[in-house]
Amino acid sequence: MSSPPLRFFTFAAPSRFYSLSGRLLPWLWGAAALVAAIGLYLGFFVAPTDAQQGESYRIIFIHVPAAWMSMVVYLAMAAWAAIGWIFNARMASMLARALAPSGLVFTLIALATGSFWGKPAWGTWWVWDARLTSELILLFLYLGYIALVEAIDDVRRADHAGALLAIVGAVNVPVIYFSVRWWNTLHQGATITMSAAPKMQSTMLVAMLLLTFAFWAYAFAVVFVRTRAIVLEREHDAQWVRGLALSARGPS
Amino acid sequence: MNWGSASEFFAMGGYGVYVWGSYGITAALIGVEAWLALRRRRRALNTAVSAARAAAAGEVPR
Repeated sequence: MSSPPLRFFTFAAPSRFYSLSGRLLPWLWGAAALVAAIGLYLGFFVAPTDAQQGESYRIIFIHVPAAWMSMVVYLAMAAWAAIGWIFNARMASMLARALAPSGLVFTLIALATGSFWGKPAWGTWWVWDARLTSELILLFLYLGYIALVEAIDDVRRADHAGALLAIVGAVNVPVIYFSVRWWNTLHQGATITMSAAPKMQSTMLVAMLLLTFAFWAYAFAVVFVRTRAIVLEREHDAQWVRGLALSARGPS
Repeated sequence: MNWGSASEFFAMGGYGVYVWGSYGITAALIGVEAWLALRRRRRALNTAVSAARAAAAGEVPR
């Protein structure tokens, strides 16, 4: 094996990723569980009842973080897929593949919790409004990406085809984000923006941000686990995997 | 404290179905995803272990 020209890429080696992520995983799982517990306590026991929506607003503590994550994970997936394609970096492509199912799950959570909130707030489970429709397209983009990469047997070809789909589909993310401004939607506008103070009571805001952090930690943890699986599947002939496997305790 | 009793907590001011439906589906999706990811990692490691043992024993893998 020739040594890569840049130190940056040395650390992007699958063996480095495998050992580093293994050390981080217990902390990520722990942080996700602990922060989620604190956030849920604040959200249910400290945050007051909403004057307009009563208790139904408490769905916000998972709905908004999940919707944010569905978009952030997509952008991360598209970026890693692009890096994997442009620089022919295996590790980046593996990360992109590992991110897709998590993005799909966050999109499903955003849509399902939104539906559960829409029924009491708007009187309907679903409406073809710009925000909801563009988020549904995000779900189809994740499904299309996964179906495409799984349908192609040659791993690197699958990575490249998936990268193309992911990059083209990234145009949907700003459409989702700005949909409530560009069109007249039933969905409410952004509660939290970069340019103005949050229009939200502070305990509610803190609970929502804690749940967002918990989702971040969870996403890192589950994506790392999936990436480690992909690394083992793809690199099973590599010397370092042999060494690792022989020092492992054995099939359990 | 927002709730006078446990039943008040579960009723969520009449929105119990929607609030607990949301949290329930979220917990279920995350639980299934985490379980599938951990199972995939475990299976990949088991496959690597048997391949490495076969190779170490001098057999031709596959």
